[in-house]
Amino acid sequence: MVDTLSFYIFALMALGGGVMTITRRNAVHSALWLIVSLLGAAGLFLLRGAEFLFAAQIVLYIGGVVLLILYVVMLVNLDETARARQFNKQWWIALACVAVVGAEIAFVMKRGLGALALPGVAAVAPTGEGNTERVADVLFSEYMLPFEIASLLLLVAVVGAVVMAKKRV
Amino acid sequence: METVIQHPLFAPLVITAVIIAVFPLLAGYIVLVERKVLADIQVRLGPMRVGPHGILQPIADAVKLLQKEDIIPTEADRALFWLAPVIPAVTALTAFAVLPFSGHVVVTDVNVGLLLIAAMSAVGILGIIIGGWSSNSHYPLLGALRSSAQLVSYEVALSLGLIAGVMSAGSLSMLKIVEAQRERGVWFVFDNYGLMIIPFMVFLIAAIAETNRLPFDLPEAESELVAGFMTEYSGFRWALFFLAEYASIFVIAGAGVTLFWGGWLRPFPSWGWLDIPLNYVFPVALFGVSGLLTLRLAQRLKKYSSARAAFLALVGVGVALVGLVFLIPPVNAAIIGVFWFLTKVGAFIYFMIWIRGTFPRFRYDQLMNIGWKVLIPVAMGGLLLNAIVGMALA
Repeated sequence: MVDTLSFYIFALMALGGGVMTITRRNAVHSALWLIVSLLGAAGLFLLRGAEFLFAAQIVLYIGGVVLLILYVVMLVNLDETARARQFNKQWWIALACVAVVGAEIAFVMKRGLGALALPGVAAVAPTGEGNTERVADVLFSEYMLPFEIASLLLLVAVVGAVVMAKKRV
Repeated sequence: METVIQHPLFAPLVITAVIIAVFPLLAGYIVLVERKVLADIQVRLGPMRVGPHGILQPIADAVKLLQKEDIIPTEADRALFWLAPVIPAVTALTAFAVLPFSGHVVVTDVNVGLLLIAAMSAVGILGIIIGGWSSNSHYPLLGALRSSAQLVSYEVALSLGLIAGVMSAGSLSMLKIVEAQRERGVWFVFDNYGLMIIPFMVFLIAAIAETNRLPFDLPEAESELVAGFMTEYSGFRWALFFLAEYASIFVIAGAGVTLFWGGWLRPFPSWGWLDIPLNYVFPVALFGVSGLLTLRLAQRLKKYSSARAAFLALVGVGVALVGLVFLIPPVNAAIIGVFWFLTKVGAFIYFMIWIRGTFPRFRYDQLMNIGWKVLIPVAMGGLLLNAIVGMALA
């Protein structure tokens, strides 16, 4: 009961926040609605027993990414951008594209409706070993190489950012 | 009634209610202690007017703040201006949920407790930024910009400091971290042949920066930015910002105590013969001596005002009586954990006040240099060193 209710609340946060993010004229408001959306997603992670993802989502996305977005957005002259005309007037085409994709998805789903049986209760991992430990285990055994490559990529990005920011190297 | 008490949500709800009810008062008294200690460092007296030696000052302040006009600037973004102080207050109080006041007095023990504290402090920053931006004024915006840069920088160092402790404990659950220290028989700050002092110092410095305190109080630097992000706030909304600030100080001190100073464990937890001197004599002596010193102050106050002296004497007797409570064995067993936890948190907060009273504010470039070029490399080195030594010990 509580779980179902929380699911709908978090889902509403995630979806509603997303819709508000793309419809607000004010960029700061958009960023804040994005936070609501991300918080909803974090809540959904928590409901599925993935506490580590929940915390990482909040620390990295809200505490890091959106914060930096806000940092940049606050420096922009918002009044100017809000009054400016939007760049393209192609929303008719966009609407047509959305309709086509929507119809496509609906068609595929209708065709495969029989195979779409969702398991009633997805298997919840046995308790004892926490989600955090399992994430760490998998990350450092099965996905060791991709993990290291990703960290190398980030290192390159950091060094590149420093080089570009510096006037003379 | 029995079923209500037995309900699994009963104890957490009671503790939550107590924390929310008591903490604002406690925050008020932390402010009073801060003002008194700073006054002492600067050879002043501090607040003296409201009540004997100013002990009713927090209550007067609270009443004053509640009555003040709630001013919203005309050009402000009203909704966000209203929302901003609420965010840090909510997040800081949420983080209390995982602080283990003792083995039993904890709202909930989740197995990502420490990460939850980090997450809540990350979300709390938003309040500062939104507050600064929505005021639509120059000083608050500058304060907000500074704070977002500062807090993002120092969060890295803070997390690296915390990770070293987590590495020693092998868990992110606050209860398990303390239990690990009981099993090892040593506080983590002295573990690994004393090498853990490096991550602890990193944590301490980053914690002071994360709570926006001197010498890292650039977001609200009075002499440059009026009051930084809170310049346009008044009355109760301003008080909420302050409540959040002191709540996050308490939380970060609690996290440090849990991780590095053995949480609710007494000093030398593995030496049984210290049970009587530390768990009985020490609290009684602490409260008793405080009570006696208060009585002496009351004695000296008699010359000026007998009513004030009587009030202070009453407080002194009350404090001494609290000490006597610790002599009853079952009560002692129930509250000694909370006593040690709060004593250590008090020591931590006192240290932070002491730092505030003795260091000048850093310049902005110094702040960034310390954060990125000193603190993070030192934290990483300390982490590596502790990993190697810890593995060799295990």
